[in-house]
Amino acid sequence: MDKLLEILEDLKPGVDFALEDDLIEDGILSSLEIMTLVVELCTEFGIEISPLDIVPENFKSAQAIYALITRIRDED
Amino acid sequence: MKNILEYLEASAKYYPEKAAFTDENTEITYREAVNKAMAIGSSLASLGKRNAPVAVLMDNCADSLVAYFGVVYSGNFYVVIDAKMPSDRINVIFETLRPIAVLTDRRHEEKALGLSFEGRLFFYEDSSSGPIDYPGMDAIRRRSIDTDPLYALFTSGSTGVPKGAVICHRSVIAYAEWIQETFGIDENTQFGNQTPFYFSMSVLDIFSTIKAGCTLHILPKKFFSFPVKLLQYMNEKHVDTIYWVPSALSIISNLKALDYVPLPELKRVLFAGEVMPTKQLNYWISKLPGVLFANLYGPTEITDICTYYIVDRKFADDEALPIGRACSNCDVIVIKDDGTEAAPGEEGELCVRGSFLALGYYNNPEKTSQAFVQNPLNPNYPELVYKTGDLVRYNDRGELIYITRKDFQIKRMGYRIELGEIETAVGSVDRIKACACIFDDENDRIVLVYQGEIEEAAVRDVIKAKLPEYMHPNRLVQVKSMPLNPNGKIDRKHLKSSYHTL
Repeated sequence: MDKLLEILEDLKPGVDFALEDDLIEDGILSSLEIMTLVVELCTEFGIEISPLDIVPENFKSAQAIYALITRIRDED
Repeated sequence: MKNILEYLEASAKYYPEKAAFTDENTEITYREAVNKAMAIGSSLASLGKRNAPVAVLMDNCADSLVAYFGVVYSGNFYVVIDAKMPSDRINVIFETLRPIAVLTDRRHEEKALGLSFEGRLFFYEDSSSGPIDYPGMDAIRRRSIDTDPLYALFTSGSTGVPKGAVICHRSVIAYAEWIQETFGIDENTQFGNQTPFYFSMSVLDIFSTIKAGCTLHILPKKFFSFPVKLLQYMNEKHVDTIYWVPSALSIISNLKALDYVPLPELKRVLFAGEVMPTKQLNYWISKLPGVLFANLYGPTEITDICTYYIVDRKFADDEALPIGRACSNCDVIVIKDDGTEAAPGEEGELCVRGSFLALGYYNNPEKTSQAFVQNPLNPNYPELVYKTGDLVRYNDRGELIYITRKDFQIKRMGYRIELGEIETAVGSVDRIKACACIFDDENDRIVLVYQGEIEEAAVRDVIKAKLPEYMHPNRLVQVKSMPLNPNGKIDRKHLKSSYHTL
């Protein structure tokens, strides 16, 4: 989780990612930033994210993103 | 036919209860669209002005389209202002534009109040629900002619001062005629709109919709980062026609999203605004057999498009698509530096003549007279052509081939280099998701910025195999994602100024 928060803060400084619970609807992450994030998650966590998992629900908060990473790792 | 409102009114007569425009939260029928637009027109008409600019500051939503038509009902022309644009830049536009009014909604009240302009402020919520002055609307229409301005769109000038291309009713009428007959748009068409309304490409979506009496669905911008969601949304709305920038199409193809969600109802895929990477197009074609694909070309100053090419044969990943031939009721000529017409195969600047031409740049006679000039091939009577600043030539098949922007063509060690050629070569590589070549003239350096999981050495190998040495970029910069401008195109200006920090 700490590693994820670090990545998020690097991507968009000045946002309290531990607290934000709607990164998408509130427009905190732009479409470009989400694409960048997907690439970073893949490299940093050594996972592959299927387009089917790139949906707003999985990216709405740091917790949701973390849950996604955990799930993909467990499936491997 | 002299006013585009005739399209809207005819569609409202035939299909009053049909959805004209939808977005994620709203659906507006043709009947509602006309009634609300007339109410807005009546409220703006109280200013007693004619053919004057009204700035519309709203998000890209179904209501904003009604707002534009409202301005047209008042006998004035609309200017779409991107609500996300920094206030300073809007104020720069307003210095040139001097709008007689700003039409906004409650959501943007604070932003609108912070802008500097002398005109009045109108709110969509109030104006669209106010009374309709039918005799007043009739009187305005009786005086209107087809060369009255319809809208102005501001594009960034190379000097940094935005220029507002003013387009009249006749241009859009001529343009919409061409679209309808070429692509068979009818009352059943369902447009999936990607391009924002402050961008000229949206003119195709908006006006062919009201002309045919069909439906325009504004695709939520946030879904462009969630391709699967986007495709599902398109299927839900039964979208069968899209006209997107290549960068948006590439988002889908890079993730191979069509492998997961097919688009069985899609019939037409049109694109323009930047060069379409052939590799990305080939993915789309492989997933959508039988669908019409067309490469459209043109700048804001000629309404939207002046030439087009319907894909009718296979292209290798490293082959560039032609921009084809001139649209119906539009003519293009290729002019060499000496002012004479280029022979087939010879390179020259593409110039456009005909009804699609803008009236000029608003309140900017100097820039207007530089770009809109007397047809160099016609000394006999006044006839303007628009100089696109793009270099083209005809291929053996009689199709126009886009070479590059006149200002992108660089000279190095005596060689003339087209940056676009480097991009086509590199873009054909499998693992390259996007690339852009820029010329840093201060340091005399060609810089290739690319996205994709591939090491620099491997990219260099490809370059060596495909391009002569004088075309090899001096620097390669790998990015996680390409910066895009608000229109969704690769932001070359940003790349040029900050590639060394990426």
